[in-house]
This record gives sequence, structure tokens and C-alpha cells, in this order.
Amino acid sequence: MEFIDYYKILEIQKSSTEADIKAAYRKLARKYHPDLNPNDENAKKKFQQINEANEVLSDPEKRKKYDKYGKDWKHADEFEKANQQQSQSRTSGGGQQSYGGGDFSGDFSEFFESMYGSGAGGKTRQTKFRGQDLNAELHLSLMDVYKTQQQTLTINGKNIRLTIPAGVENGQVIKIADHGTPGVNGGPNGDLYITFTIANHPKFKREGSSLYTTVDLDLYTALLGGDLQVDTLDGKVKLKVTPETQSNTKVKLKGKGFPVYKKEGEFGDLYITYNVKLPTQLTEKEKELLTELSKLRANGN
Amino acid sequence: METKDLILIEHFCANHEIEFSFIDSLQEFGLIEVIIHEDNKYLPKNQLKEVEKMMRMHYDLDINMEGIDVISHLLKRIHNLQDEVRITQNKLRLYENED
Repeated sequence: MEFIDYYKILEIQKSSTEADIKAAYRKLARKYHPDLNPNDENAKKKFQQINEANEVLSDPEKRKKYDKYGKDWKHADEFEKANQQQSQSRTSGGGQQSYGGGDFSGDFSEFFESMYGSGAGGKTRQTKFRGQDLNAELHLSLMDVYKTQQQTLTINGKNIRLTIPAGVENGQVIKIADHGTPGVNGGPNGDLYITFTIANHPKFKREGSSLYTTVDLDLYTALLGGDLQVDTLDGKVKLKVTPETQSNTKVKLKGKGFPVYKKEGEFGDLYITYNVKLPTQLTEKEKELLTELSKLRANGN
Repeated sequence: METKDLILIEHFCANHEIEFSFIDSLQEFGLIEVIIHEDNKYLPKNQLKEVEKMMRMHYDLDINMEGIDVISHLLKRIHNLQDEVRITQNKLRLYENED
């Protein structure tokens, strides 16, 4: 655990007045407030730091303790005991204003908690009415989102039965209404936001509801045509390869792609790229026949 | 009319210790929808998150109504752009090495 320089975080001097602290905090809060920086983890972290710095420096009691013991935080406990003995009836500082960051504030560093205890953070407006939103990340494979399925997640000790619609995309966020923390004073519950992280499939690449795959084709089937069995996410399908198929030829299998999100029974297309594989380790006989073939070509046949 | 998904503005303001006029201003700027039912004013529950966000901007960050209006539009654009980035990044994965 490291010492945190709250003055540096608020970009002020140790001699700064309460008004300076307030002004510095407002300026930085406007810059880094998570409401104004959606989905920006760095801003969120920075906001938590400046909130914590403000929590300490805007409260005369906390500031005094920090100035005296900040760098030597390990002795803070001794200070605390002495302080309790001296003034048991003293009320807390008051006057400090901690700005609620919605669902973003409330996290304090280990350093802060060791000096002031875990319950020393300011209350946010958020906790007075509507419950806080919760965020969760769900890691799934491509096959997991090929079909609509139900999963039970445990979030904050509560089991939540969740329907994952087929066709959810990587990075997509789904809101589960009312599954955040409970509201206060008759306020509604917060919501639960689930961000899906979907791993790439080793064989199929996905773009929306389109799927892409590469299929190896042997030289003779490519030249003469024939039947070929290929894998789709829905099982194997038989394809007719037309004679003289070039490498990198693309064919589209309609409706064999990925499910379209929230459109039951609707599927995208599967695009197959043929990769013609040339035979290796040729036998003498093969070489002989191929030489003969090449001569036929050379003669303009 | 069913008021299950509506929040009485009076109740909302009392809990947040804010003036009623703040909600009126948001409505005047077209930033929120207020529902009137039997002489009572309500906020639809699904707007609550946005109203609370605008409330924080105003009371915590000292941003006036005009500022909130501008920021709300810009935030919508940021959200749309973030969606576009996500879709573009997913397309980019097509050309990257498999996981």
C-alpha cells in the first residue's frame, strides 16, 4: 500500500484554502466525471481518485489527520486512539461535499481505508432513491450465442436467471431492468448491465449475422468438380464444386450463417472461401503424368 | 391510468432534496417527458437514470441548463460513435489472428 498525495491529485498546494480545494475539485470533477466520460475506465479511476482526495481535503478533521500522519500512515491508529480519548463527543467535520458519481463513486483506496476506515466515504445522491446500477461481464464462446439459452448468474450473491438471446455480439451490453441494488425510500431498483465478450471461433469468423470460413479443396476436385462435405455451425452440408474452381473462390450458403439478433428463426449467410491445396510428395508416376499434362498445356491445348 | 412505472415528481424531488423547478426546466428544454395524471406530475421510471445524471451535472458540477442540453446531445453522439467503434473493432477481428 502506497502513500497517496491528495494535494497532487487535486493539483493544489499544501497551503491551499478551502475555497481553492473546492474550485480545484469542481474543475477536475467536470473533466473526469464518469457521466461525462461514458465507458472510459481511465476517467472513472481518475474521478475516484479526485473524489477521495476531496473527501479528505475538504473535511477539516480528515485533512488535519492527513497532514499530520499522511506520509506516516502506519501510525494513524495511534493517532485515532489518542483522538478518541481526547474528544469523545466531538461531532464530525461537516461541510464537506462529496459529489455523487452515480454508480461510479464509493470506491476508496486501501490507503484511505487504513486512515479513516471503510465506512468513512461520503454518501452519494444515488443512494437516496434509485438503486445503483450493477455491471457484469460475461465471457462466452461463439457457439454459446448461436442459440437462445438460459443461464443462471450469481451477481452480488443473488442468483439471476438470464435469457441470452441468440446473435448477441461481442462487446454488446444488455440491460436487465430492476436487477441492480434495491432502491431507497420507495425508489426503483437499479439495473444490471451485462457486457458480452465473445471469443473468436477457431474455424468461423463472424461479422454481425454473416459467417466466414475457409475450406481446403484438393487439386483434382477443384479441376474436375465434385461433391464436398463442409462443416457449418448447424452441422455438415454437402456442396457441389463446379469444375475448374479457382483458389480463393467464394461461395455463399444462404441462411447458414449466424442468427440475427432478436429475430427469431432468421439467419445470416455463410461465406466459404475455397483454398486449393496442391499435392505434395509426388510419386514418380504422378510427376510423369503431370509433365505430360503440362506439355499438353504448352501445346496450346 | 396505471402509475406503476411512474414516479411522482414531488416524491423524487423530496428524496433528492432538489427544487421542483429543476424538473420543470428539464421539461422546458425538451430533455425529459413529464406525465400529468389527475393533477399530479410524474416521471416515467425509465427516464430516472437520465434525470439523475442531469441532476448530478447541475447540482454537483454547476452546469446550467444550456450546458446540460449541449452535453446531452454530445453524449448521445458519443454513445453512437462508441457503438460504431465496437462494430468496427468486431470487423477488424476478422483480419486478426484467431484467439
